Amino acid sequence: MPESSGPVARRREAFWAALALPGVVWLALFFVVPFYVILGVAFGTVDPIIQTPLPAWNPLDWNTRAFDFVVDGLVSSGAAFQTVFVRTFVYVAIAVALSLVIAYPVAYFVARYGGRWKGLLLLGLIAPFFISYLMRMLAWINLLQDDGWVNDVLVWIGILDEPRTWLDGRASSVIIGMVYGYVPFMILPLYAFLDRIDKDLLDAARDLGASPLQAFRLVTLPLSVPAILAGCVIIALPMFGDYYTPDLLSGSPKTSLIGNQINLYIRGGQQIPVGAALVVVLMLMLAVLLAYYVIVTSRAQRRLRG
Amino acid sequence: MTTATATATARPAPTAARRFRDWWANPWGKPRFLVLFTLAYLVWSIVPILIAIRFSFNEGRSRSTAQGWSFRWYTEDPDLSVLHDPDLSAALLQSLKLAALAVAITVPLGVALAIGLTRWRGRVAGTSRYVSLVPLVTPEIVMGVALLLVFVHVLTFIPLGTPAQAIGHVTFSLAFVLIIVRSRLLSIGAEYEEAAQDLGASPLQALRLALLPMLTPAFVASAIVVFAISMDDFVVSAFLSSGTNTDTVPVRIYGAGRTAPTPALNALATLTLAITIVIAAAFFAVWRLVLARRGRRGATLGEFAEIDDAYAKATRLTER
Repeated sequence: MPESSGPVARRREAFWAALALPGVVWLALFFVVPFYVILGVAFGTVDPIIQTPLPAWNPLDWNTRAFDFVVDGLVSSGAAFQTVFVRTFVYVAIAVALSLVIAYPVAYFVARYGGRWKGLLLLGLIAPFFISYLMRMLAWINLLQDDGWVNDVLVWIGILDEPRTWLDGRASSVIIGMVYGYVPFMILPLYAFLDRIDKDLLDAARDLGASPLQAFRLVTLPLSVPAILAGCVIIALPMFGDYYTPDLLSGSPKTSLIGNQINLYIRGGQQIPVGAALVVVLMLMLAVLLAYYVIVTSRAQRRLRG
Repeated sequence: MTTATATATARPAPTAARRFRDWWANPWGKPRFLVLFTLAYLVWSIVPILIAIRFSFNEGRSRSTAQGWSFRWYTEDPDLSVLHDPDLSAALLQSLKLAALAVAITVPLGVALAIGLTRWRGRVAGTSRYVSLVPLVTPEIVMGVALLLVFVHVLTFIPLGTPAQAIGHVTFSLAFVLIIVRSRLLSIGAEYEEAAQDLGASPLQALRLALLPMLTPAFVASAIVVFAISMDDFVVSAFLSSGTNTDTVPVRIYGAGRTAPTPALNALATLTLAITIVIAAAFFAVWRLVLARRGRRGATLGEFAEIDDAYAKATRLTER
């Protein structure tokens, strides 16, 4: 029995604290401090001559010019940032919905009916984790070229009369690319969850007269709501910061997302505070989404328990 | 008798189409729509990669049509092959270097952090437990910008390039080690260390003799995951790169993906994939061995799904 106080317990506490210390310091230095630096740069000014940012560390010195610029571009209708933010939300919403439509049946099949093929099927589901996202996009660049296999096949079947240019400003290419890139990250948690569902619950539902479809609709689906939401969140978050998928599969301003704007402002050099302000706005929006998600899931879990 | 044999032999052997129809019409089989859907998904997910690999062996310069077979873009071309184009070979080395550094730093740091945070009860521990999960819900571009600005404006003694990139990789992979080790710690419980300490062991001895051996599978799983996400990383490597000599493979693919004139980029991606798979498989073999020696069921690929599931749950940022 470990004592709750006294020198032995205190020594133990100190030991665990010492063990955690390097990691805590690391996170403070390279995760917490950098967030403050983003704020400092976003609320700072720019050197008038060499155009480098002059961060403002003291909140009393904060200057809201970069935020005014971003907010202005967000609220006046049809302004650049507004278009980009709306487009990002639409792309992410469509891509997440499509991913769910693909991920759920696949995860369900492998979890419930995988049988002796489960190992092999899982290998197929896990393989994309070891293939770099950029390589998977490169594969689609190859396929979607004007003389690529996608055009060859579509023309041969007769869906297209002539080869189409896929890689220049097409929303569909970008969205399909995102779905292709992120869907594996949604399948696995869904699989892990569905694999754990107690089969007795389904048997009980069937014994009580439910058809297989009813058992699915009344037992499996409600149970999997938290897993579905978690799967949506883990792919939506990286999508909101994505700029490489539109750059690689479109490269046109017509498909520019929030991530592209951040990348342009931060690396373009002239208006880094605007880039930092965009990062802050993105984080605030994601924080609202996450808070909503945490509330919904905890409510769903309470309902399942009670 | 003879007529019966004749009719039996006269029945035609089932053709593939016939067998498919029988299977489709069998009401006791697996749900047929789901079988086809899953197979279609797997084909869609894997075939583009196989085609990209196939183009890397092209004899000609096309990246979109098959043109014979050769190792031209790997070794043979005197200027443009992965072996002879310094930008391409440097990218592969940089990716491997960063992945090795990330594994070597993140695994010990993350394991110590996970054990410390699970057992330590102070107020700082509560906050740290919460903060340590936030990287999991931070889009990479946010982390990339944050680290770039911190290295440019505050920690100016850390140069961009390999040092900054390695720090970035450790920072975003730390949380993954944390969730892997923590879920293992929760399943072990505190009893073993307490028993060791009741028998007179110091906390350090209890840790070394009782806890660490039981955590070995979590070390190996962490190493695989950190290695894979470090090799995969694009955004942080790109933001913290100091120039072409510190570009990683994904950064190179991004830079040249749309403009690359030859399949050498496909060859680079294929080589990277092959190396990643060999190293991950080696780790996985070690993992199975470790588990088998402990008398547990052999490690299955399902454990990866568990890790991703733990990740999905950690997005709720709530402690169990």
